[in-house]
Amino acid sequence: MSTVYLYALVGVGLFCLGLYALIVHSHLLRKILAINVMGSGVFLVLVALAKRTGDMPPDPVPHAMVITGIVVAISATALALTLMLRVHEETGRAELADEDRG
Amino acid sequence: MEAMTLLAWGFDSLLGLALLWLAWLALSCEDLFRAIVLFVVFGLLMALAWMRLDAPDVALAEAAIGAGLTGALLLAGLAKLGVDDTGEKERPENRSVQWLPMVALLPVAVGLGYTIFSLPTNAPGLNAAVTANLEASGVSNPVTAVLLNFRGYDTLLEMVVLLLALLGVWSLGGTALRREAAAGPVLDTLTRLLIPVLILVSAYLLWVGAHAPGGAFQAGSVLAATGVLGLLTGWRPRSTLSALPLRLVLIIGPAAFIIMALFTLLIEGQLMKFPPGKAGVLILILEAGATLSIGATLAALFLGEHPQNKARK
Amino acid sequence: MTTIDYLSAALLIAGATFFLAGTLGLLRFPDVYTRLHALTKADNLGLGLTVMGLALQAESWAAAGKLLLIWLLVLLAGASIAHLIASGALQRGIRLWKR
Repeated sequence: MSTVYLYALVGVGLFCLGLYALIVHSHLLRKILAINVMGSGVFLVLVALAKRTGDMPPDPVPHAMVITGIVVAISATALALTLMLRVHEETGRAELADEDRG
Repeated sequence: MEAMTLLAWGFDSLLGLALLWLAWLALSCEDLFRAIVLFVVFGLLMALAWMRLDAPDVALAEAAIGAGLTGALLLAGLAKLGVDDTGEKERPENRSVQWLPMVALLPVAVGLGYTIFSLPTNAPGLNAAVTANLEASGVSNPVTAVLLNFRGYDTLLEMVVLLLALLGVWSLGGTALRREAAAGPVLDTLTRLLIPVLILVSAYLLWVGAHAPGGAFQAGSVLAATGVLGLLTGWRPRSTLSALPLRLVLIIGPAAFIIMALFTLLIEGQLMKFPPGKAGVLILILEAGATLSIGATLAALFLGEHPQNKARK
Repeated sequence: MTTIDYLSAALLIAGATFFLAGTLGLLRFPDVYTRLHALTKADNLGLGLTVMGLALQAESWAAAGKLLLIWLLVLLAGASIAHLIASGALQRGIRLWKR
């Protein structure tokens, strides 16, 4: 039973680490990595909680959702990378401009 | 038995700590190239974690997509940024640990942790419902049954999401993959040996998904890896291939799902409700279409630019 | 525990020792070429021993065959990639380590 909580807590930890890095770092590639780590954290929580079935095999519905999620995550990553390259092309930097600087 | 539980618990704790540590390193190390490599290692350890959580289907998807293809995409993105091989250094003011967001995130972490512990310890979820209807689903792997039969509409929308992402990348113009020098004899031989093997593995994963871990997503990502390997060694689709045939392969998956959804709606009166006895065959057809589309879409996402860009210029 | 169990345990431990040695080499050796040497030699042999240890426990010949295929694939890919990294490093002008 403790396996469930161990991995679920690691998932929460990964989510928070990713969120922190998303806020702190300004390079867009680092932000993309951070979002991916956040996603992995969410998946870990989902699959860990699916194992709360005692002696029975784990609930397959969250597993299917996570597989779908992994594929959505890679397509979002590809789109985000293209957006980053466009920003780099337009501004010469792979960072978003601060709003107050205009 | 006691010793085994202790050993397993020790392994789980070590794996959990390694995951957190790798994520922290990948998100804080100065060098972006190193960060991506650490992220790939993180993905491989995630695949181990899925195995520990009795989710072999997720482990396969993670190893192929999370660790493999995402890493290739990120590295290609970094190369397209045009920074030198040591990776772009970030500005030093980002390097120090910033306390304000950390303090602000503390209640989030505590709240999430508390929520997890306040959930019921025994929650079978939809396990019983899936097991009871597995016989009628046409396949014996419960995850495939959920993906293609019970929640087939999820997978339908998923295929559309993939297509939309590719359309987004193409609309933004994409960026050409940096042309590498011609592949040497070693890489060339390896590619020639591996491409047929990878296609075979993909077909096997598609077939085996009916009764064991595997299925369309895993098979599609192995197929995409085949494409990425080809693209990395200098192969480009010919213009005759990248016009209509590529488009057809890209939409065959979503189209198969939409046609199936319409037919089941008209004949059975319910979305994605397969006629009894024929579910197994119909699922295999759907999965074959999905595999081709997922493979082609992911490989096209890796290429970035529209393959006909040059022809038009 | 039967004789086969003991044999496969011995093979698995031997395999793990090679992985440990390879990892130590990866961390401690001075340049990219010596690190590759440590990694590929130790890991190919380590994985081979691990595969043999697991094949003894396999339920069927087919399962043992799949394990063998994994090893062959890793041998092929590992050797080619080590060659690519080494030749890439040479092209970039990374010098060989000399004391």
